[in-house]
Amino acid sequence: MSDDLLRTLSADLAPVSRWTVARRLALGMSGGVIVSAVLMLVLLGPRPDMDQSMATAMFWMKLAYALAFAVIAGFAAERLARPAASARGWIKWLVVPILLVIVIAAFQLAGTAPAGRTAMLVGDSARVCPWRILFFALPPFIGLVWAMRGLAPTRLREAGAAIGLAAGGAGAFIYALHCTESTTPFLAIWYTLGMAASAALGWALGPLVLRWR
Amino acid sequence: MQASEADLRALMIASLDGDKAAYRALLDAMRWRLCAYFRSRLSWDAAEIDDLVQDTLMAIHNHRGTYDRSQLFTAWSYAIARHKLIDHFRRSGRRQTVPLDDAAALFVTDESASVDARHDLEKALQTLPPATQALIRDIKLRELSNAQAAAARGMSETAVKVALHRGLKKLGAYFHGEGGPK
Repeated sequence: MSDDLLRTLSADLAPVSRWTVARRLALGMSGGVIVSAVLMLVLLGPRPDMDQSMATAMFWMKLAYALAFAVIAGFAAERLARPAASARGWIKWLVVPILLVIVIAAFQLAGTAPAGRTAMLVGDSARVCPWRILFFALPPFIGLVWAMRGLAPTRLREAGAAIGLAAGGAGAFIYALHCTESTTPFLAIWYTLGMAASAALGWALGPLVLRWR
Repeated sequence: MQASEADLRALMIASLDGDKAAYRALLDAMRWRLCAYFRSRLSWDAAEIDDLVQDTLMAIHNHRGTYDRSQLFTAWSYAIARHKLIDHFRRSGRRQTVPLDDAAALFVTDESASVDARHDLEKALQTLPPATQALIRDIKLRELSNAQAAAARGMSETAVKVALHRGLKKLGAYFHGEGGPK
């Protein structure tokens, strides 16, 4: 083996910031989010009742739920972009938003007459909601794939699932600015499903698209 | 170089801050560890090992920003080596499983002792005829059976046994007699 290589590499050494990984992931994520936001505005438009709905707790809860997934999965991705690092410490925090939303949904359902419960669960858009979330998750997903490929994930399925879920959270956040559903049971089922689909996509594609050299 | 996890991590952290001398020492220590690592799971084909070690050193260099200062350096670098090994298998079309959790076996603190032993063994092997070297590697290091080695080399099993016996005798003489390391 050549000493030349060692000499070249050590001559090429420059100090490295601790934020290299986070910065790159944030860059990929924000690029994708901008694309998704533009697509949402062009294809669907913001919800027509934006002004009134901003005064409701439900508007903010949808955003917060989506944001929680994006942030927690984003931190998990920051770990999984590193060889041999584990994201378990972050992933377990997902129980907080999930449990919170399930509990609120249960109370809302319990406080509704049985006849009205189905409407509460499926709303007007259950059929399209998860698909649209998945659609708006794609640009951030692509941005995060780009970011990951420049880093060094060694657990490719887990890393794929983490960026898939983070992208799902971002996609849900953007879609929530269009969606007019206003019940927590709807959020608990269909938003979660859309974000989970995005995570599953990442899990499936991880080994194919995240290999780096 | 007898470097422990703590030493290697200290070198790595200094390297991340731009200390070239520390970095050079780190790469030097890693080179032998990687050699031993790839040899133990691959073959003794020097060119193949060399390529993988260089590839891995370059990956360590290019992706050094992904090292978290609170992380085990050996686990980090080992995961990169394993990634490169899997890549290598994929490229060469071989389907092999690479065990996940044997990092400890290769990067225990006194692991460089076994690297030295490998190094000595390699030198001793060089003194034997190439055919005998190949047999010893197949049977003693890669744990093929005599029959498998015989089939692979197109020899009879008896011829393999005789050649192996002679080769090992010579190796023994090398280590106990002149030219040996001690």
